Amino acid sequence: MHRLARLLVALSVAVAVTAAVPGAGASTRSRAKSDVTITLVTHDSFSVSKHVLGDFTRQTGVKVKVLPAGDAGAALNQVILTKGAPIGDLLFGVDNTFLSRALQAGIFETYRSPRLSAVPAAYQLDPKHRVTPVDHGDVCVEYDKQWFAQHHVPVPTALDDLTKPAYQDLLVAENPATSSPGLAFQLATIAHFGTKQWRAYWSKLRANGVEIVNDWNTAYESSFTAGGGNGTKPLVVSYASDPAAAVYYANPPKPTVSPVGTLLSSCFRQIEFVGVLEGTSHAKEARRLVDFMIEREFQADLPLQMFVYPVRDGTPLPAVFEKYAQVVAKPLTLSPTVIGARRDRWIEQWTDTVLR
Amino acid sequence: MDRHRAAVTGGARVRTALLLLVPVGFFGVFFAYPIGSILGRGLAPGGSVDLTPLTHVFSDPGLRGIAWFTLWQAAVSTVLTLAVALPGAYVLARYEFPGKRIVRALVTVPFVLPTVVVGSAFLALGFQPSLGAILLAHVFFNYAVVVRTVGGLWSHLDPHQEEAARVLGASRRRTWWSVTLPALRPALVAAATITFLFTFTSFGVILVLGGPTRSTLETEIYRQTTQTLNLPLAAALSIVQLVAVVALLVGTGRAEGRRATALGLRPSAEVARRPRTARDRAVVGANLVVMAALLGTPVAVLVARSFDTPGGAGFGFYRALGSVRAGSVLFVPPTDAIRNSLVYALVATAIAVTVGGLAAVAAARTRRRVVDGLLSLPLGVSAVTLGFGFLIALDTPPLDLRTSPWLVPIAQALVAIPFVVRIVGSVLRSIDPRLREAAATLGAGPARVWREVDLPIVTRAASVAAAFAFAISLGEFGATTFIARPNHPTLPIMIFRLLGQPGAQNFGAAMAASTILMALTLVAVLGIDRFRVGELGTF
Repeated sequence: MHRLARLLVALSVAVAVTAAVPGAGASTRSRAKSDVTITLVTHDSFSVSKHVLGDFTRQTGVKVKVLPAGDAGAALNQVILTKGAPIGDLLFGVDNTFLSRALQAGIFETYRSPRLSAVPAAYQLDPKHRVTPVDHGDVCVEYDKQWFAQHHVPVPTALDDLTKPAYQDLLVAENPATSSPGLAFQLATIAHFGTKQWRAYWSKLRANGVEIVNDWNTAYESSFTAGGGNGTKPLVVSYASDPAAAVYYANPPKPTVSPVGTLLSSCFRQIEFVGVLEGTSHAKEARRLVDFMIEREFQADLPLQMFVYPVRDGTPLPAVFEKYAQVVAKPLTLSPTVIGARRDRWIEQWTDTVLR
Repeated sequence: MDRHRAAVTGGARVRTALLLLVPVGFFGVFFAYPIGSILGRGLAPGGSVDLTPLTHVFSDPGLRGIAWFTLWQAAVSTVLTLAVALPGAYVLARYEFPGKRIVRALVTVPFVLPTVVVGSAFLALGFQPSLGAILLAHVFFNYAVVVRTVGGLWSHLDPHQEEAARVLGASRRRTWWSVTLPALRPALVAAATITFLFTFTSFGVILVLGGPTRSTLETEIYRQTTQTLNLPLAAALSIVQLVAVVALLVGTGRAEGRRATALGLRPSAEVARRPRTARDRAVVGANLVVMAALLGTPVAVLVARSFDTPGGAGFGFYRALGSVRAGSVLFVPPTDAIRNSLVYALVATAIAVTVGGLAAVAAARTRRRVVDGLLSLPLGVSAVTLGFGFLIALDTPPLDLRTSPWLVPIAQALVAIPFVVRIVGSVLRSIDPRLREAAATLGAGPARVWREVDLPIVTRAASVAAAFAFAISLGEFGATTFIARPNHPTLPIMIFRLLGQPGAQNFGAAMAASTILMALTLVAVLGIDRFRVGELGTF
């Protein structure tokens, strides 16, 4: 009998602990106070400094709950599926490769922030202001500096170089069907070679031994020579901010030269947006957060939190960015409408060319 | 007399129905309804049903290939896992040797590891993305399923039956086929079913170790749901997945049901013996070598990496866990992640043991396998379908749980319940009815019979099942990935976030968090295994 008793005790303890499920009581607690809490739905890579979000609450009395909801695609699709009964008040993290789907689905309210005057027009891709640009980054081919020095191979400078014999079996890229940097790099090749020639380029890349993996993590940490494991590829499709991140997140003592460099002509520009969700009951507070996200404090916080660049003119960059990351002056771009209309077919064609 | 019997069975039926109330309600609200909603959204977007996407799955050679690959890789994985793990289960059930308790807990550790982390360990060991790597990883993950489910029963099988067969002149092989195997059958079928379902819906292993040319229904549903938002196709693929799983469960239900033997169960201490002969020692040694090589090597890679700091071996990455990205609004100290993991696992285990235990008791009374099969469905359904199903179904108060922290343990419990039902159920069915009859003859009423005969056995089986449920919940990373979750990250989510950032510190810290997760699992499983003291022999 005592065994039963023990199990019952264990179970009732467990049930008692359920009262302490992390955050289970949060909604009642916030309701008890008079101030409003708004929910920011976003992707898993989102980050902001605690004190910055704290300043927003101090200035406005509005609290912000951050709700990570999977990768960028998953977060957007969750919001689209819950249109009408939104799971939050704003969505951050829709980028130019997904923008047209978001706009077509009509999930955003129109809001033109008065702070937008400080943001260059090049980032404002929705003339109707349903979304507001917050940050930008570039997906590029990155290289392991040490590997190229040791093997006495010149660093590639153009996309065309990657198909040459000197760079055979050196590049790892992600599958555009499953990875956002993978898709961005495919779009870079389409923007550079044109809609007629890009498949021929990928055929040559394939013949030259490009390795394709499904996700960024495997590419960078397992295949890339300067990543976490014992990889064999000194060229990887990743982000232009990697040289800064590689120093910032290096084990102490921090290196004085970044181990990673960027092939500047291979970069595709990604712009991330925020929008107020249609159907929110806190439109006023949500708009205030949109304003805040393009104000100086939030913008200056972005680089070291998400390793992206601020969109606001004149925002100071952290030293590690100034020193180690190269600014991509002429990124490759495609209009969101074109991407939206042809993305799925392009991915299919890519799969036929590279994998079949 | 007849009327009396009718009254008894009538009462039994009512009791069974009452027992089923909780499991059926739970399953209906948290599985059938969400899955029905998301499938309905995909196949009947405007209200009228359109089944053309379903025909695509069969007419499109690419999709047909994916469905076929999903099926056969799962079948091969299951056969391989059984082949490798059955001898291991035998050794852990039948032999007594120093350190056995810790070995039994250690083999459970791989089960909880995030697939991404294991994938990176396999790649670091020099495996290229390939079919072989997928199969090996599937054996790695599911070894514990076989050892625990089959070994649990094996360690109580009366060896006298086998000895009797041998004395009567049966060969070793004949004894295995005619005596041991039939007795183990319910547990074997259960282990095979669960392994098949896990590998059938395998996601991370396929993505990382399969490379871009290999897709399964699960990875394709993920892509169609989260990337292309082709809900009709995703729903069609989910239905194919469901139909295959239901067919499998009906088949295995029959296989299990054909023979529900009452077994002479013995306390495991009486069953296990020390290896005496050279043959014994060779069997035990060989299996320990297999476990060390197959399960130990990838684990060792992760642990080694967590200490492999630039200045030599040290705790640098463990310290980094508490400092790297500390200013972020989404940062939690590792102690909080551990606490979150434990609390979620405790809640999920409580739900799973309650719901699954009730279902198992009810199922054992009906002798029908409908309940086992039904409650196993969540293992065979895509995590992304379930996650998105929650999202669109549970959106009205009082059931607006879409962003509630409760959804996490509920999703984890759904995965753990099939284990509880099968582990408890297979033991319950093996109770010799003569025990109950004897108790009744001696004057015990039905309630007393249940309390004195069934309950002690149920409790013990439930504690085995609880260990598994706890481990599942600690490592569960399927449905929880696809539901919007408030900021109370568990260890697997913390690992996932760290891996999403470049730089040596993030990577090392992810390895440190994985090592903590493994240690936590080991301690938890050892602790819950201790609950089994007393076992069968004490009543």
